[in-house]
Amino acid sequence: MPDHDVLVIGAGLAGQRAALAAAEDDVSVGIISKVHPVRSHSNAAQGGINAALNPDDSWESHAFDTIKGSDYLADQDAVEIMTQEAPKELLHLEHLGVTFHRNEKGELGTRAFGGASAARTYYVADITGQAIMHVLYEQLMKYSDEVARYEEYFTTGLAIDDGGACVGAVCRNVKDGSMELFGAKSVILATGGNGQVWQPTTNALICTGDGISMAYRAGAVLMDMEMIQYHPTTLAGKGFLITEGARGEGAHLLNAKGERFMERYAPNKMELASRDVVSRAEQTEINEGRGFPDGTVALDITVVPRKRIHEALREIVLVGQDFAGVDITKEPIHIKPGNHYTMGGVKTDVWGRTNVEGLYAAGEVACVSVHGGNRLGANSLLDTLIFGRRSGEDAAERAKGREPARPSQSVLDDEQARIGEILGREKGSGRRVSEVRKELGETMDKHVAVFRDEAGINTALETVKRLQEEARSCYIDDRGSVFNQDALGALELGYMLDNAEATCVAALHRTESRGAQYRTDFPERNDEEWLKHIDLSHKDDAPEISYSDVTMTQWEPQERTY
Amino acid sequence: MAAYTLKVRRFQPESGDGPYWETFDVELDPTLSVLDGLLQAKDRDDGSLAVRCSCRAAICGSCGVKINGQSALACKTQIGEAKEIANRRDGGSEPIVVEPMGNMPVIKDLVTDMESTHWTKIRRVTPWLLPEGDPPEREYIVPPESMIDITQSMACIQCGACVSSCLSMEADPDFIGPAALAKAYRFVGDPRDAETEERLHDLANDPHGIYDCTHCFSCIDACPKGVAPMDQIMRLRRKATAGYEIDDHNNGMRHEHAFVKIIESKGTLDESLLLQESFAPGLKGKLAPRPGAIKGLIESIPTAIRGLRSGKMRSLPKLIPGIHPKLPGDAQDNVRRIYAHAEDHSVELNLYIRGEEAEEDAPVPEAEAVPAAAIEPEPDEGGG
Ligand SMILES: Cc1cc2nc3c(=O)[nH]c(=O)nc-3n(C[C@H](O)[C@H](O)[C@H](O)COP(=O)(O)OP(=O)(O)OC[C@H]3O[C@@H](n4cnc5c(N)ncnc54)[C@H](O)[C@@H]3O)c2cc1C
Ligand code: SF4
Ligand code: SF4
Ligand code: FES
Repeated sequence: MPDHDVLVIGAGLAGQRAALAAAEDDVSVGIISKVHPVRSHSNAAQGGINAALNPDDSWESHAFDTIKGSDYLADQDAVEIMTQEAPKELLHLEHLGVTFHRNEKGELGTRAFGGASAARTYYVADITGQAIMHVLYEQLMKYSDEVARYEEYFTTGLAIDDGGACVGAVCRNVKDGSMELFGAKSVILATGGNGQVWQPTTNALICTGDGISMAYRAGAVLMDMEMIQYHPTTLAGKGFLITEGARGEGAHLLNAKGERFMERYAPNKMELASRDVVSRAEQTEINEGRGFPDGTVALDITVVPRKRIHEALREIVLVGQDFAGVDITKEPIHIKPGNHYTMGGVKTDVWGRTNVEGLYAAGEVACVSVHGGNRLGANSLLDTLIFGRRSGEDAAERAKGREPARPSQSVLDDEQARIGEILGREKGSGRRVSEVRKELGETMDKHVAVFRDEAGINTALETVKRLQEEARSCYIDDRGSVFNQDALGALELGYMLDNAEATCVAALHRTESRGAQYRTDFPERNDEEWLKHIDLSHKDDAPEISYSDVTMTQWEPQERTY
Repeated sequence: MAAYTLKVRRFQPESGDGPYWETFDVELDPTLSVLDGLLQAKDRDDGSLAVRCSCRAAICGSCGVKINGQSALACKTQIGEAKEIANRRDGGSEPIVVEPMGNMPVIKDLVTDMESTHWTKIRRVTPWLLPEGDPPEREYIVPPESMIDITQSMACIQCGACVSSCLSMEADPDFIGPAALAKAYRFVGDPRDAETEERLHDLANDPHGIYDCTHCFSCIDACPKGVAPMDQIMRLRRKATAGYEIDDHNNGMRHEHAFVKIIESKGTLDESLLLQESFAPGLKGKLAPRPGAIKGLIESIPTAIRGLRSGKMRSLPKLIPGIHPKLPGDAQDNVRRIYAHAEDHSVELNLYIRGEEAEEDAPVPEAEAVPAAAIEPEPDEGGG
């Protein structure tokens, strides 16, 4: 049985940062990822990372933008920590070797991003996430003796002891199908978001909300699950993202009549208003017949100087060319709002601790909450790094001097039996996993998206419940051990359905409009009743609702205009 | 929507059987990818078909495969185009052939063992920054171009397509290889790294190091991210010889100098002079060739012939001195002037610094405004 002081599940930015931080504390660390770490979804982050590092910027300004962006649902103590620690973290990354863009003086240079009152987004061309993640992976290779890497290990469930504490996890080695029980004094979940619950999405195929579901089933509380971000600029059909960096560089949004419609919705910030605002504006244009016949509006990047496009937005040039057949330096590209980010997740404090002893969460899987109802662009990478590091530090501290964990063998047996049952299902006994997954994604995108109402959410919830039933008998083709992606797909489907159910329940319950949750039947924000988080816990195989307060420090809710 | 047939090389390790071919019929829009096709087959017909994938957008580097024999990302290859290539190759309605990457053991179907090849080689180049002393209080101050320059190798997504296509690796499995060497340049080119010289010595002295590359261009063709590993290798060589006078066992640098010298003086590339200039440069070389030069020259003949066949060296007449075709108008003069200008501007053009943009922002000497048509007839001659 592999045994570590700190076990990190997930090797995107949050997980790698947590592992490195824990290792600095001289404890034994293991890091697990269902794909090779550099394949993690963090590398999709093109735009950049926020930090108030310039002398004429301040963490207070960054914090205020974040809180306003969150529609006042973010916990202000957590936002303060994140924005205060951002400059140090950014410099740390620079020192490790990230090739950040420089100004003429050779200092770190910035670009503008949505919802921000200063240009405080630092970036590497438009491969920021990739560059940071590959540099962290360089460090993991450097510290191979301190951090054991379990690459292509799929975690199927958490090990909880009799006292309710998390003491490890069960994993399937994807390469040979063997199941292993990992013991750990502290476990950090860093498994990322759940975008695949929606179709289409900007998220990778692996973003199936595994950690959210596993933590929920292990007794952890989920928070803000109704807050799902739709990004304003995604390609119709495939869901590929056009980074906000494009608008940061000055690109315009146009409707089919050629009008720069943001004038009507956010006259000051225009295209650089918060994402929820821009997505709603676009969807309104489309719904009211001012979009293109393919249900889109246009993003015009041709107004950005070509040299700048090639230097700073090359990845989008490639996305346009390879995936839409459009030369973005010459013509506008059609886009629409698309599923992008999970603001909610496993509820944690500012050290990443969940309500389950020994279990931490960091990154997109977690909800600290620094994003509240709507995440600002370039704040997520920051979230993963700051709270990844803090979780790593605290988890290491907690592990020190503690007796080795003794997870019960029965957890392993249970998980083995669960997979055995899936492998044993008769061919043709039910629907195919892929069919159920598709129906789930389309249902959620139709009813629990930019605009929502009671009837729609109810339809989605009923569908999800039916699909949960059907998923129990879904059959798979592959009965083998080596690289059985089919079996893993069936497990992921189960996780996704838990995520979907939680989102529907919370979205139905919040009878107001705030951030990404826009209820056409309750179009106003209602601070009186709803300036609070919706918490969900697993009870009798369904989410049980409770509330928690939003932590306020110095920013009183105001009306939100851009 | 269109119908396609994918012919997939499969291998099920637990069956006890060897690899075999299986065809899958799929239906999708021609602009969708080969990966979309594979996933459709997996979803509809056979869930046991194994292929690594995640981002679907050429970002994560999971889905390296061979399509119609070419190493590529399945998610970045449009299925319609793959079909056209398959047709062209076999002259009829042939299926799109999908195989696992080369130069790596296969684990199952399209999944290869990248750990034992690719990642082991990456670790070979000490792939982390080695700065001197403690970091500064703020950021390291470095020239902006230097960061843009190494961003080209940072753009690598470790997909292995270049490794899969590398000819030297086929001949010498111990060759450090294109991806790892591109990674090495990321540190050698980084002004924050303090071990540049040690790194270069290490890579130059390793018999499977920078001089093991045969300049075959395959990795440049295969790379989905424009990293151009061969170019990074050439930069390593240039730095090693020019910057640190590390001896070049393999004559690669001389070849490159010869290349530049010929274009500089003639305004076009006269391949007939190239081999001679590389191995025995100038008059002195002709009279007293350095040891090994004649042998090297003879050994290069097969490469030259291969070059001819693959179209890299365009025509036989070019090999005969004196009858090298002239470029139209005063293009050759202009090319010479471009060289002179480039010499004075030491930043190399790369992915993120586009030459064409120079016109807009910084007016360049008029002579450089060579009409594109004038140089187009020899597009790949600037690649050496
Ligand atoms: C297209 C796109 C662009 C973006 N651009 C930006 C941007 O410019 N700026 C910004 O700040 N944010 C951006 N974001 C958001 C940001 O990239 C993500 O929120 C962030 O990277 C999440 O990091 P993470 O470490 O939490 O998770 P991930 O990077 O998703 O990593 C999750 C890890 O968990 C592992 N894992 C998951 N399930 C299991 C399991 N069952 N067993 C074992 N391992 C498992 C995975 O293998 C992976 O290693 C963008 C997101 C997308 C989709
Ligand atoms: S150019 Fe060199 S490194 Fe690239 S494929 Fe050819 S031999 Fe390999
Ligand atoms: S250099 Fe290009 S082909 Fe090679 S691993 Fe990197 S991205 Fe892939
Ligand atoms: S699926 Fe990520 S590179 Fe192809």
